[in-house]
Amino acid sequence: MKTVAHMEAGQTAVICENGIESIPLKLLELGCLPGITIKLVRKAPLNDPLYIEINGNHLLIRTETARLIPVNCLVD
Amino acid sequence: MKIALAGNPNTGKTSLFNELTGLRHKVGNYPGITVEKKEGVLKISEAFTAIIYDLPGTYSLHPTSVDEQIVFDVLLDEKNPDFPDVVLYIAEPENLKRNLFLFSQIKDLGLPVVLVINMIDKSRRKGIEINLDELSVQLGVPVLAVSTRQGNGIQELKNFISSYQPNAAGPLVDLKTRFTPRVADRISTAAPYTFYKNWLLVAFSGRLSHLPPEVCTRIRNTSNEVSDIQQLLQKEAIYRYQKINRILENAIKVDRLKGSDLRAKLDRVFIHPIFGYVIFILVMILIFQSIFSWASRPMDWIDQAFGHLSAYLGENLPKGKFTDLITEGIIPGIGGIVIFIPQIALLIFFISILEESGYMSRVVFLMDKIMRRYGMSGKSVLPLLSGTACAIPAVMATRTIENWRERLITIFVIPFTTCSARLPVYAILISLIIPRKYYFGFLNLQGLVMLGMYALGFLMAFVAANLLNKILKRSYNSIFVVELPEYQLPLPKNVFYSVWDKTKSFVLEAGKIILSISIILWFLASNGGNEFKNARETAFQLSSQPDNQYKTTNAVVLESAIKLEQSYLGRIGKSIEPLIAPLGYDWKIGIALLSSFAAREVFVGTLATIYSVADADDENANTIRTRLQQEVRPDGTPVFNLATGISLLLFYAFAMQCMSTLAIVQRETNSWRWPLIQLVSMSSFAYLVSLIAYQLLHT
Repeated sequence: MKTVAHMEAGQTAVICENGIESIPLKLLELGCLPGITIKLVRKAPLNDPLYIEINGNHLLIRTETARLIPVNCLVD
Repeated sequence: MKIALAGNPNTGKTSLFNELTGLRHKVGNYPGITVEKKEGVLKISEAFTAIIYDLPGTYSLHPTSVDEQIVFDVLLDEKNPDFPDVVLYIAEPENLKRNLFLFSQIKDLGLPVVLVINMIDKSRRKGIEINLDELSVQLGVPVLAVSTRQGNGIQELKNFISSYQPNAAGPLVDLKTRFTPRVADRISTAAPYTFYKNWLLVAFSGRLSHLPPEVCTRIRNTSNEVSDIQQLLQKEAIYRYQKINRILENAIKVDRLKGSDLRAKLDRVFIHPIFGYVIFILVMILIFQSIFSWASRPMDWIDQAFGHLSAYLGENLPKGKFTDLITEGIIPGIGGIVIFIPQIALLIFFISILEESGYMSRVVFLMDKIMRRYGMSGKSVLPLLSGTACAIPAVMATRTIENWRERLITIFVIPFTTCSARLPVYAILISLIIPRKYYFGFLNLQGLVMLGMYALGFLMAFVAANLLNKILKRSYNSIFVVELPEYQLPLPKNVFYSVWDKTKSFVLEAGKIILSISIILWFLASNGGNEFKNARETAFQLSSQPDNQYKTTNAVVLESAIKLEQSYLGRIGKSIEPLIAPLGYDWKIGIALLSSFAAREVFVGTLATIYSVADADDENANTIRTRLQQEVRPDGTPVFNLATGISLLLFYAFAMQCMSTLAIVQRETNSWRWPLIQLVSMSSFAYLVSLIAYQLLHT
């Protein structure tokens, strides 16, 4: 299963419907919901943390958290 | 009327708080924790004043961090002294959707809420058009737009507040109809509040502290019956966003094309894998420059001013105990507090600029990976490095770290970094025990040892952090999410208030402790038994004897040496000799160690007094050094040999012997627990290491 941790910097993807089971509540509250488009803006040196954008929100999350966000339909 | 300011971080909540209260505010701590509590008075007219609380910025009511717990406790407990009559909910145009999440939760609690959209000037720049009337109808609350940056809408907001009649409408998101009838029924009957409040209490029944016992029991029972709380919370999040999306569809229009892309351009530079670090290092160098050299001049002025004041009062007040207390105890004590202000103010000034501009979150991006291994935050780097100037401003600088655990670890290990007060101590010890030798013609051995002491300080800080990270329990399992706000020019007003509030809290709160301890130390050093009182005669007799070891010293200098030796402090120093002898120290060093508690650099001055070095001050280090070199033990070997020197260096590197640091840690953690743990653990560690070093080295 592809997750945000597998994305490359600059890529955009849509969060999968089954994400509701694994995405931490904290991220759901921030609007990181299934069906939403997520962009990986940048990766820090050593690939951690990740700079993501959802709904115009810019957030830093750690790679361990990014593994909990399943994504599909990579849009370029 | 009591007003609470609530909202997400980075919505300009604090700017609005400053705008509404001005200097009529105070910053304290919530009991027992390190979270700032801001409380102010809003005076609109003679007839109308309100108390405003600036709640910590959070994203949700769910208590999964210390900040969230505070918001949870304040807003869910009518008996809480801070429980508001109305919540001013602060949002901003760009992240309105996310802002409305917490808004909807607070509204569903049944509290009267007013929505204030701050930074409204930003919406045009971002191509965002908000229909305030439509939004107000849809949300069922008054909606106002302000810009604290430009000062727009503030007066209207004040007028609105002064005529506002609190009025709570029904919930925005009707969760009751979304849950199964069985669960909905259980929750409705669990407690006598609104459905959402009941649900929150049931979902977080482990985090309740304020309810009457019988309600608590009912809630816990319900909580045990509802098996799928976690899933229900997830569903709740989705329902809320669905509702918010529907509302915003009609009330807001976004034309992304109009938005400027300053963020991306600046990010390309500030978090570039190479330039990002180069810029970070340059920023650090600038801040160091300021706290080391720019601050030194005002510090000298303060030092001199207090010295002159003491001297002036000493000459003009009637001689006596009371005058001595003022001129030798109180005034130098206050001077010892005021002297920290330049460094604190400068450091807080720079940090609040970095914070306000949005740069600090970028530092987290650059440094998180390295720092998290030690249980610290990317934001810990700056306080740790500032510790090389002085631990006091450095401990205050940790306020920018949101996570209390990371903050606590950072505060705990800061005193290990080599502060500038250790410098004169190291300098004299190194010059005594390390030969002046050069390698390759330019590498000075003494310089290398000094450098090694700095490295040792940082090394210990990280070792201690690593250890704490393992033993300190996590009371909240919060996941790491940091918002990267828009870059913006810092508001001078916010920077000013930040510097003002923090400096004030240092002077008034940590200052109290520092002053008390310095008066106690002064008293112990300037009073004593009969031998102390007869010091002058003893000194005179000794120096007038034709053939004695003191013939080179004059009677006045000798008198102060005898006085220090016979004072209560001197007595204590002597009585601890058995304790410190295994470390290679005699009672004279013991006295110097004790007086170092006022400030580490006092070590040098105290030794100078004890060894009767005339006119000893920092510039006279050579005289002191020569004198210390001559000092011998009863068996004829020098006191300051390699073993004792190394043992002392290690003791000064690791021991917690600075009362001002203890005072500020007490202030910042709001308890005596942490400074005491610091004092005991660091000092016993220092003792152990010095003991081992001395026993291995001495022959």
